[in-house]
Amino acid sequence: MHEWALAEAIISSAIDIAEKEGLAEVREVKIKVGELQQVEIEVLKFALSELRAGKLRNANFVIETVKAELRCQVCKLKWSFNKNGLDEMSTEAVHFVPEVVHAYIRCPRCGSPDFEILEGRGVWLESIKGVK
Amino acid sequence: MKALKESNNAVDPRIEIIDKRLENVKRVIAVSSGKGGVGKSLIASMLALTLAKKNYKVGLFDADFTSPSTHRILGVKKLEIKEEKGIIPMHVHGLKYMSIIAFSGEKTLPLRGADVSNALIELFSTTLWGNLDYLLVDMPPGISDTLLDVIRFVKKTEFLIVSTPSTLAFETVKKLLTLLKELKMPVVGVIENMKTKRGSPTRERVASANVSFLGVIPFDSEVEDALGDVDALSQTIFARKLAEIVPRIISPSA
Repeated sequence: MHEWALAEAIISSAIDIAEKEGLAEVREVKIKVGELQQVEIEVLKFALSELRAGKLRNANFVIETVKAELRCQVCKLKWSFNKNGLDEMSTEAVHFVPEVVHAYIRCPRCGSPDFEILEGRGVWLESIKGVK
Repeated sequence: MKALKESNNAVDPRIEIIDKRLENVKRVIAVSSGKGGVGKSLIASMLALTLAKKNYKVGLFDADFTSPSTHRILGVKKLEIKEEKGIIPMHVHGLKYMSIIAFSGEKTLPLRGADVSNALIELFSTTLWGNLDYLLVDMPPGISDTLLDVIRFVKKTEFLIVSTPSTLAFETVKKLLTLLKELKMPVVGVIENMKTKRGSPTRERVASANVSFLGVIPFDSEVEDALGDVDALSQTIFARKLAEIVPRIISPSA
């Protein structure tokens, strides 16, 4: 699963940060997941719990979903991404590479494909709590 | 608590994993040029096929997201990737192959620079190339986001530069070589493609830039009709001339 690749990246980053911050043990890792990528939270959670090791072995992973906000570069309209506008294949494509959304949707007001993904794109490490 | 966002430091976990994804790839060669239309995609594709024929394990990554073309060269009608704890590239003519067309299909994909960067990081961080002797990266033309990101995130990249006899092509190649030298990025060498007249202006131009000149490939009008048929392509003068250059790419000192 793609979620496993993301989980592996999260674990690797968190270990790196814990090293840099001199944490002996990580207690909590807060992760933000953008709605656009349609990550399956349960799969991600399971992958994280399977992959955690070392300083992260007792870490609690807190996952928050962020709504995907798009803004047209041409007419400046801001709108929320709605996956119902996409068929199954396009949804799957956006899941792997969110930027391909530019091939599948247009600004609902002016029809431009030139919009930016303001929020809710991918997966981010928001914070790490631990003991030194 | 370490609030990564507050310290303006929210961490993109994908970046950390790129080195690991490529740890079993011996050489990453980005086929680049300052200009478009000089034959980068054809050279990247045929170089990949030639190396694979020599029993090397080879991957080809089309990093030109807005104008991918290697699938046309290789005759890939539909790119189907598998998912197994990451993205498994498709096997095509003995190569592991990845292109954005696996996700955008035949649709036009207009992207600004930030989107190009994000898509590049996404694919480098999730594609499982496994063990490879060579990963060829077909780069978009120019000195822009993809080039800067490959330099930033794929530390072991070496650059193979394509030019033509035209001063217009070399004008941009010269700038590209200057940047790569300044950033201490290794350059395998320069190939002059589409030669039409006697002599090789690129050979002299490259000598003054202190970079290896790998050889000349004449303009081959047979190539166009062979596109999409790798057997026909391998019979072209283009392919035969490129094959003569390949040993110098395998062992740069040869």
